[in-house]
Amino acid sequence: MERSIMDKLPLIIKREYLAKVRNKSFIIMTILSPILIVGMILLVAYLTKINDNEKRIIAVLNESTFFSGQFKITESTSYIQFRNISLQKAKDSTLSLGYFGLLHIPAGPTMEEAANAAYLFTKENPSTLVTERLERIFQNQLRQERLKGLGVSTDQFSNVEKAYSINLSTFDGQRSIKGINELKAFVGGAFGYAIMMFIIIYGGFVMRSVIEEKTSRIIEVIISSIKPFQLMLGKIIGTSLAGITQFVIWIVSASILLFLSVAFLEIDLSELSGGTSLPGPGMNNVSQLSATPMEGEILVYAKEIINIPWALLIGSFLVYFILGYLIYSSIYAAIGAAVDNETDTQQFIFPIILPLMLAIYVGFFSVFSNPHGPIAVGFSLFPLTSPIVMLMRLPGGIGDGGVPLWQLLTSIGLLIGAFLGIVWLASKIYRVGILMYGKRPTYKELFRWLKY
Amino acid sequence: MHHILVAENVSKSYGDYQALKNISLEIPENTIYGLLGPNGAGKTTFIRIINQITYPDSGTVFFNGKPLAPEHVASIGYLPEERGLYKSMKVGEQALYLAQLKGLSKSEAKSRLMEWFERFEIGEWWNKKIQELSKGMAQKIQFIVTVLHRPKLLIFDEPFSGFDPINAGVIKDEILRLKEEGTSIIFSTHRMESVEELCEHIALIHRSEKILDGKLSEIKKAFKNNIFNTNLGVLEPSKNVLQALGEKFSVLSSEYNVEDNHWSISLQLPSEDTKGVLTELAKYGNVLKLEEVIPSANDIFIKTVNGKEHYG
Repeated sequence: MERSIMDKLPLIIKREYLAKVRNKSFIIMTILSPILIVGMILLVAYLTKINDNEKRIIAVLNESTFFSGQFKITESTSYIQFRNISLQKAKDSTLSLGYFGLLHIPAGPTMEEAANAAYLFTKENPSTLVTERLERIFQNQLRQERLKGLGVSTDQFSNVEKAYSINLSTFDGQRSIKGINELKAFVGGAFGYAIMMFIIIYGGFVMRSVIEEKTSRIIEVIISSIKPFQLMLGKIIGTSLAGITQFVIWIVSASILLFLSVAFLEIDLSELSGGTSLPGPGMNNVSQLSATPMEGEILVYAKEIINIPWALLIGSFLVYFILGYLIYSSIYAAIGAAVDNETDTQQFIFPIILPLMLAIYVGFFSVFSNPHGPIAVGFSLFPLTSPIVMLMRLPGGIGDGGVPLWQLLTSIGLLIGAFLGIVWLASKIYRVGILMYGKRPTYKELFRWLKY
Repeated sequence: MHHILVAENVSKSYGDYQALKNISLEIPENTIYGLLGPNGAGKTTFIRIINQITYPDSGTVFFNGKPLAPEHVASIGYLPEERGLYKSMKVGEQALYLAQLKGLSKSEAKSRLMEWFERFEIGEWWNKKIQELSKGMAQKIQFIVTVLHRPKLLIFDEPFSGFDPINAGVIKDEILRLKEEGTSIIFSTHRMESVEELCEHIALIHRSEKILDGKLSEIKKAFKNNIFNTNLGVLEPSKNVLQALGEKFSVLSSEYNVEDNHWSISLQLPSEDTKGVLTELAKYGNVLKLEEVIPSANDIFIKTVNGKEHYG
């Protein structure tokens, strides 16, 4: 009939878990979030489509002998040629026909002069998209004309303009491609970002749950039956299990919803990324590339993604996730114990969020571009940032060309050390704090509690 | 006499503040033991040490003859002064949880809870949330949860606060019944009326130190000053009577009751010897009443605490 002391931890975990998952706002969040997220994605996709469907018509009054036949219909823009009418009449017609604008190229002795005197009349300021497209047409013609003056033929010109991209390789001969570092760091970054979000959301839950036990005054009843540390641990584990439940529900239901809506509403998600193609020099080059190297490149990307050491990455994710979450949520628990209500938590929360934000920013700005530079190495060793930053580096593998093994082991070692130290300190503050009522403590007082 | 709890030279400091100084106490089995003292005297700290919520810096506490250990929490029930329940948790589920934390199996806890709910006629509360109950109702649940695991030692810290007089009476009867069934009870309070009614033993803690302890009846005996109240029937309010009495005893106060024709006199005897008092009094009139003044717990409390204030 009697239970031993440690049998009680599962009881606490179960209560904390049930208290969380039965909470009304938790249930609403769990159900609504995937709907909201999928809704947002669909809305963006839909709006993008509408945006793309809008066609601009630009009237062209070309009185010069140049540029004829250069204004070709594109997906979003068509050109209407006006002939033998005055500029004023052309303007009026453009307005009355409701066209987007009027491009006027006056007659000139040379292409340069004609181009320099050309005007685009519009009702509203045109977007850079429009002007860039027009400018490129002029630019192309002018460049050809100038080169012709230097004795270069049109054929030679198109040869000169052929796009070039550098071939990349690692030292062991593997072909590598541009942007792969970023891609890999992005995969790791997604894991790191998930850890940060989890810590902030569910660490906050742990903190509020501690505050609730304090304000409802049940805490002293509970800790006359179990050790405060057990309660803290049970709370952290129970809340994180509720969090994992929520995450799994989100991922599964969002995937199903997304799949269903794509299938039934026939929305092309690729429009989200590729559809709104920004016409720029880069895109220009891509379009001039022949098809074969493109496909080859996609294959290389795919191969690189498959080649990411997933077992290592997921294994490390679990280690960093568990240790990182335990460190941070025990700090959250200590904060909850130190204060009497949630409004008093702000001054203590900022210093916790700081290293997390720093890790994300350092990750995105420094690790993406240089995963093995000194900043990346430093932050992936420092325990409060390593769970996020190390995961951004790890898709490159360990050993040659990746994270040196000693760095990974040192990082985990430091993290375990920090885990033991911080959880010990946090549980001391927690133990004293839960029985303290009254004014908000200062950092100095928190420090004194460590000696109680 | 067997002692359920013995504290030996227990001291506890929080930083620079010493909450308990060398407290030694012996709490006899199957009695109600009053732990008295002004607010901030150190009562709660001592109780938290018994509950192993905090630990003494020095000294030892023995429970049932053995040094206090984690497994003893199952034998102790504690109703703290700062108490409450999970507001959004259902009554039954919450009571089961707290009972299981104290080491009861779920089925055992459930059958015992049913008994209590029947006794208090609150069966329909089982599926209500605490926040739907009144404060007094919640306090009843809290009481049940405290005693459900049938602890050998029960600790009540200001148990009657939060109860209306009727429910306070119900709880008082339950406490007395638990004592009859063999439970030892520590009763911490600064309200002396309930001490008179319930406690057989008391300890008085003041400024972190124990300044008095023992059997309440013996303490009272030690504090009495041979003062007697008497009503003496005489026809005339003559001062001669008082003068004559003043030669043998010291007269502390006197008042003549015109309607009933008697003196109400309070007098102090020179010694504990009461032989001859009655005959002496009878010389001057009819002795309608003669009783010794026993100091109340409240008197003792105030006198002791104030005495300490004076002499440090």
